[in-house]
Amino acid sequence: MEKKLTTPITDSQIRTLQIGDEVLITGYIYTARDAAHKKLVEAIENNEELPFDIKDQVIYYVGPTPAKPGQIIGSCGPTSSYRMDKYSPYLMEKGLKVMIGKGDRTIEFNDVVKHYSGLYLLAIGGIGAKLSECVVENELIAYPELQSEAIRKLKVIDFPAIVAIDYQGNSIFNK
Amino acid sequence: MKKIERKTIIENVKSMLMDSVKTLHQEVIDAFVTSREKERNPLAKNILDKILENHEIANSKDIPLCQDTGLVVCFVEIGRELYFDYDLDEAINVGVSQAYTQGYLRKSVVKHPLNRINTLDNTPAVIHHEFIPGDKLIIHIAPKGGGSENMSTLKMLSPSEGREGIIKFVLDTVTSGGGRPCPPLIVGVGIGGNFEKCAWLAKKAILRPLNDLTENPIDRDLEIELMERINKLDVGPMGLGGDTTCIAVKVNSFPCHIASLPVAVNLQCHSARKNEVILVGKEIDNADNR
Repeated sequence: MEKKLTTPITDSQIRTLQIGDEVLITGYIYTARDAAHKKLVEAIENNEELPFDIKDQVIYYVGPTPAKPGQIIGSCGPTSSYRMDKYSPYLMEKGLKVMIGKGDRTIEFNDVVKHYSGLYLLAIGGIGAKLSECVVENELIAYPELQSEAIRKLKVIDFPAIVAIDYQGNSIFNK
Repeated sequence: MKKIERKTIIENVKSMLMDSVKTLHQEVIDAFVTSREKERNPLAKNILDKILENHEIANSKDIPLCQDTGLVVCFVEIGRELYFDYDLDEAINVGVSQAYTQGYLRKSVVKHPLNRINTLDNTPAVIHHEFIPGDKLIIHIAPKGGGSENMSTLKMLSPSEGREGIIKFVLDTVTSGGGRPCPPLIVGVGIGGNFEKCAWLAKKAILRPLNDLTENPIDRDLEIELMERINKLDVGPMGLGGDTTCIAVKVNSFPCHIASLPVAVNLQCHSARKNEVILVGKEIDNADNR
């Protein structure tokens, strides 16, 4: 039985979740992958304001295909998360709570998630057509020059994911 | 001398790509269905169901299977009787550009590995050429995802490491890749040749038909044993465990140096998109040609 998760994410929601739990996310989430992460971290290092309030938010590692006329979004499955490991601690320090991507992360990242009482969720890779059906709003909000890697604010309904690293730093990959 | 028109190349490349990103070959779907029936891990079974459902949605809604619509890899087999009065690679790249800009596909190519500036039309493709007898032009095309490509490996083994060394390297590649390359995989293995040749062999291997048993008995035995051992690794769909880590292993070999045992492993994600076309050259009027 899947557990419902609504954004923004509260600590009490996070504390009910264990690795392997299936969740359905509803609310606003933000897209960012390699290039956007680099820019976000550069902004933090330069003491600039981030393009959105990241506190208690969810970042989804995705670069969707362009929407055809009449579509909200194109195919939008997760990309590999480990490439963001270098950047994520900066964002979690600013309040980021949840990350959605695919695959394992570096082993040290379990402690990062624990330190910030965050959550790492897995979405199933390669099923971007199916996942696009969960997206009901799609607005480009930052870094349009990054094309598919620009930051988008998505509204999702019942977006399916699996808890991969819980707030205590347990990982589904090191069971 | 026979000729194939430039626009025929462009149109075929474009349509093959636009079709391949939303439709897998039936043999791949059949392999998922068979694996799903045999799969004992409930989560793995569930993921295989979702992969199959995704394929139906991609088809019915005309939307790519995966947001990573790849870097285009192209193997071109050129009949020796053909004559080209234009740049074949340029024509292929025009087809790629049209598919990605007009087909709502993601542009995932940057101009330089370090400046990371997008080329905005997914060109250039990586194109390999071979000559074949006759008057046909065969184009194999695959929009290859970055996730599985990133987990591919190459190693120059010592000849003394032999067959077991190859097997160990392949198993290590699949294990350490885990969920990152989006299993269930097609595992392409190239052995022999030299540094670049074995990578080329491995890439060619992932484009072979799934039921294509290689003629060389050494390679065939390797394919059978690797398939069995990879599926015992419990990597499973998306790295979450299960019996279905790969749906095929393809081994291609080539003679090599007495000092060497090169091995390359190219991983293909479950979104095993590819297409091929055979174009036949038409006799050209000599008067026009001069």
